[in-house]
Amino acid sequence: MSEFLIYKLILVGSVFGITLFVAAYSTYAERKVAAFLQDRVGPDRAGPFGIFQPLADGMKFIYKEEIIPVVSNKFLFVLGPCLAMLTAMMAGVLIPWGNTLIIGDQVYSLQIADLNVGILYVFGVVSIGVYGIMIGGWASNNKFSLLGAIRASAQMISYEIAMGLSIIALIIMTGTLSLGEISAQQAGGVGGDWNMWNVVYQPLGFLIFIVCAFAECNRTPFDLPECETELVGGYHTEYSSMKLGFYLFAEYINMFVSSAVISTLYFGGYNFPFMNDLGLDHNTISIIGTVVLFAKISFFIFFFMWIRWTIPRFRYDQLMNLGWKILIPLAVFNIFLTGLVMILLK
Amino acid sequence: MLTNRSKLVVKKEMTFAEKIYLPAILSGVAITIKHLFRKKATVKYPEKQREISDVWRGQHVLKRDDKGAERCTACGLCAVSCPAEAITMVAAERKKGEENLYREEKYAATYEINMLRCIFCGLCEEACPKEAIFLTDRIVSTDYGRNGFIYGKDKLVESVDERVDVTKRQTPAVLAFKQQKRLSHNK
Ligand code: SF4
Ligand code: SF4
Repeated sequence: MSEFLIYKLILVGSVFGITLFVAAYSTYAERKVAAFLQDRVGPDRAGPFGIFQPLADGMKFIYKEEIIPVVSNKFLFVLGPCLAMLTAMMAGVLIPWGNTLIIGDQVYSLQIADLNVGILYVFGVVSIGVYGIMIGGWASNNKFSLLGAIRASAQMISYEIAMGLSIIALIIMTGTLSLGEISAQQAGGVGGDWNMWNVVYQPLGFLIFIVCAFAECNRTPFDLPECETELVGGYHTEYSSMKLGFYLFAEYINMFVSSAVISTLYFGGYNFPFMNDLGLDHNTISIIGTVVLFAKISFFIFFFMWIRWTIPRFRYDQLMNLGWKILIPLAVFNIFLTGLVMILLK
Repeated sequence: MLTNRSKLVVKKEMTFAEKIYLPAILSGVAITIKHLFRKKATVKYPEKQREISDVWRGQHVLKRDDKGAERCTACGLCAVSCPAEAITMVAAERKKGEENLYREEKYAATYEINMLRCIFCGLCEEACPKEAIFLTDRIVSTDYGRNGFIYGKDKLVESVDERVDVTKRQTPAVLAFKQQKRLSHNK
C-alpha cells in the first residue's frame, strides 16, 4: 500500500513538474513562433537563443508591484487567479501519459487515475475554470473586467455544449468514457493490425472538438475575453504581478491539457504506427510511446500558436453564430451519423 | 475610379464556403507557415549594425569655422523651422576679446535640442543661413531618463581638435543651392 502511495506521489509530482515546465516553455515557444511567423527572431538575449526567457519573465512577474484596487472585493480578487490555476492543473490527472511499465512482477500504470467517467471529469474541471475568470473579472469592480468575464462565461457555456456533443459521437464509437481505455483501443495503428486512430472515424467530431478547444482555452480566434482592442485587458485588466502571471500561465496549462486530451481522444494517445511490429519489449515501447505522446502534444501546442498568429479575432456575434447555429447542429448531425453507422455495422 | 484601384464594396450574403471559414483559414495557415522558413528581417543590433546611408540624418552638430569660432548667430531660424519644436536657445552679445570664440556679433549662450522631440527631418539644417547646424551619421544614444536627451552645447558643438565631417551632407552642389539669393532666407 505504501509502495502504491509513493509511486503515485512520484507520478503526481512529475506530472505537476512537467506541466509547469511545458507551460513555462510554451510562453517562450509562443513568442518564438510568433516571431518566426512574422519574419523576426524573437527573444534571443537571455541565454543561448533566449532559452532562459521564461525564468526572466517569471522573475519579472514576481518583482513587479502588486496592486489590489481598493474598490475590489479582496477575497474574490485573490481567489480568481488561484482558481484558474487550480482547475487548469487538475485536468492533467486523467491523461494517460503512457502505457504500463513492468518492473519485476509489478505493473505500473503511467496514468495517475483511470476514472471510468474520465472525460466527464475533464469536462467538469474545465468548466470550473471559467469561474476563475468570472470571479476575477467581477471582483475587480471594473467595467472592462466585467465585460471580459461576461464574454468568457457566455463563450465557455456556448462552446461546451458543442464540445460535449462532439464527444458523444466518440463515446458511441468507443463504448467507454475512460481515457485509459480509449487510448488502449487505438493501439497498433498502421502496421500489422489495421487499427486506425479515432480521427479517421471521427473527422467531423475532431474538427468540432478542436474548434471548441480553442474557444475553451480563450485562444485566438476566440480570445474575446481578453481582447486588448476593446477591453484593455479583459478580465485581467486590474491584475498585476504574479496574479496576472497565474492567469496567463493557466491559459498555457489549459492549452497543454487540451492538446493532451486531443492527442489522447483522436490521435491515438501514446500509441504510434508499427508499434507492435518492431519486436521491442513492452517497457521500451511504453517509453517511446510517452515520447510520441509528447511529440503529438507539442504539435498541437504549436498548432494553437500557429492559428493564433494567422487568424484575427472573431466578432462577438460571429462567435455566437458559429457556436449555436453551426457547431451544435453539426455535432448533433455527427451523433446521428455515428449512431446510424454503428447500427448498420452490427 | 480614375486609377481603377478603388473597389466597389458589395454587402452580399456569404457563400457556404465563406460561412464555414475553413477554406479561408487553411489558405491563411499555409501563408504563415511559409514565413516560418523565410529569412528573418531582424538585425541583431549591438553585434551587427545596419548599414546606413552617407547622408543619414542623425545627431546634430554645431559647426565651428576654420579658426575654431562658433558659426551660430542665434538667429532662431532653425527653431522656427523645426516642426517638432525641439530647439530652444538663449542669445547673447559677443564681448570684446571673444572674437576667437564666436564668429558673429551675436551668439547662442545656450542652445538645446530635445532629442526625444526631434524627428530628424533636417529642416533646421536647411533653414540655417550660417551653415552652423548639420545632421550627422551619429546615432543618438540611449539614456535612462528624459533629461539626458536634452542635448546642450556641450554635446552639440564640435570640439576644436576633433572636427565632425559633414562634407557628405554639405556637397558643393548643396552649398551652391543654399546660397542662391532667391531663396527667401538667404536674402
Ligand atoms: S531635425 Fe527637424 S525636428 Fe530635429 S531639430 Fe532639426 S528641424 Fe527640429
Ligand atoms: S539657424 Fe543656424 S545660425 Fe540661426 S540659430 Fe539656428 S543654428 Fe544658429
